[in-house]
Amino acid sequence: MTAVPARAGWRFRQPSVIPGFGLTLGLSLAYLTLIILIPLSGLAWRSASLGWPQFWTLVTDPRTLNALKISFGTALAAAAVNVVFGTVVAWVLVRYRFPGRRVVDAMVDLPFALPTAVAGIALTTLYAPNGWIGALLGPLGIKVAYTPLGIVVALVFIGLPFVVRTVQPVMEEIDREVEEAAATLGASRFQTITRVLFPGLAPAIVTGFALAFARGVGEYGSVIFIAGNLPNVSEIAPLLIIIRLEEYNYPAATAIAAVMLIISFAMLLVINMLQSWSRKRYG
Amino acid sequence: MADPVVFAAQRASSGAGITEQRPARWTLMAVAFIFLGVFLFLPLVLVFMEAFKKGVGFYFSALGERDTLSAIRLTLLVAAISVPLNLVFGVAMAWAIAKYEFRGKAFLTTLVDLPFSVSPVISGLVYVLLFGAQSALGPWLKSHGIEILFAVPGIVLATIFVTFPFVARELIPLMEEQGTKDEEAAISLGANGWQTFWYVTLPNVKWGLLYGVLLCNARAMGEFGAVSVVSGHIRGQTNTMPLHVEILYNDYNATGAFAVASLLAGLALVTLALKSLLEMRYGAEIAATRGH
Repeated sequence: MTAVPARAGWRFRQPSVIPGFGLTLGLSLAYLTLIILIPLSGLAWRSASLGWPQFWTLVTDPRTLNALKISFGTALAAAAVNVVFGTVVAWVLVRYRFPGRRVVDAMVDLPFALPTAVAGIALTTLYAPNGWIGALLGPLGIKVAYTPLGIVVALVFIGLPFVVRTVQPVMEEIDREVEEAAATLGASRFQTITRVLFPGLAPAIVTGFALAFARGVGEYGSVIFIAGNLPNVSEIAPLLIIIRLEEYNYPAATAIAAVMLIISFAMLLVINMLQSWSRKRYG
Repeated sequence: MADPVVFAAQRASSGAGITEQRPARWTLMAVAFIFLGVFLFLPLVLVFMEAFKKGVGFYFSALGERDTLSAIRLTLLVAAISVPLNLVFGVAMAWAIAKYEFRGKAFLTTLVDLPFSVSPVISGLVYVLLFGAQSALGPWLKSHGIEILFAVPGIVLATIFVTFPFVARELIPLMEEQGTKDEEAAISLGANGWQTFWYVTLPNVKWGLLYGVLLCNARAMGEFGAVSVVSGHIRGQTNTMPLHVEILYNDYNATGAFAVASLLAGLALVTLALKSLLEMRYGAEIAATRGH
């Protein structure tokens, strides 16, 4: 094969002997356009045609603002809980050997596999005042089901695998010699963990936090059963979208969805930046 | 007093410095187990306990109800349409993205991931805005007697949207890692494009593909939010299993709701078992993209 001289100028794709580029790219673009691009641009177009003043009025409606606050606030709290416990779970799974470790490891993915409606009714029954856990917490004056705390519980369930599965592979990659070196140099175990291991894990922990948070903001199925859905108190933004749709108030539904999408995309951008930053820094 | 360096070296060689002290270890394990027990294990056990609360007879009669059976049928139908479509187009997309270098590839990859970062409710909403009575298309569809919303096509579309990334996301990193050498060899030996795919590429990625399909199917059968928006909740007609769980639960028929839920939980357990088996046996042949 003769070397192809580097041609100057713009080129759509690098030459390749493998056939099928046109076909597969064509199919992909057609499918993506039909399934994703057209519907999403429909949403963008509908919210743009609302006009700024109407959009602003709809978004700053107190009930909408409260729903957004509740969605983002509970997702933030749940992601914080998951960062702590998810990191502990990942550590136990990576470092300790105990019978049934594989089963426990597989179980961590349960929230990915279990339909959200099933999780929703199970958690609600568990934390209801007469439920297994609710009956224990009731005498202590803690109400979980039908309060914002219930939303946090559901989002902790949903978000846990995101943190564990992001942190776990990074923990597995840790070179034990680094810890041995730290210990040989006189560091206590606590110092080794906080000063030597933690900085390497921090990007993965932050990414896990962001993923769990992003998922929690949009979560619907597992939350609506346990939340109680009291407007301004425990009504999440996705539920308000559905309520507005059922009232045939399409502009309001569109406006709430647009705000949620904008914030989600901004977060996606931050996650990607974090990941490429940590790849560069920690290889 | 002992020499600090010798002391530290002794400590390290005895393992004291590179793992936690026994009390710390036990505390961490206790915290992890209690947390997983309360948040994962208890809900799962509860689903089955509640489902059989009124006995095995009630359980099966709850599952045998007409509306329940039609919900099961609809869920199977929706999965049977959306999973193969996402399989075929996911493979095509992975081929285009992984085997070639072209402009805009990063953008295309981002598009593939998009459904995962959109709330399921919004995934349903976009189809309501597109096909609803108030949309530009709505009146035309109605005058031609085409039903998309509050009918099976809408449910299928919303399910495809939500489950679309699973196959492509699983295959893209795997196929990128495997490179193009095998395919180039096959082509230079005279194979055509289809033969190259069927005899060279597909065997290389089959376990990863199965893994993606497994997760895609679990989500397709279990999707709630997106489907809830487009279905219209017509009993016996547009109710999938997760939607039927909601209806039974809101009807104060908790045992019936948990009976249907136990089927979905069983599906989740089978999915997890197969997934772990694939990871254990063919870990190297499955891309290390965990999550979702």
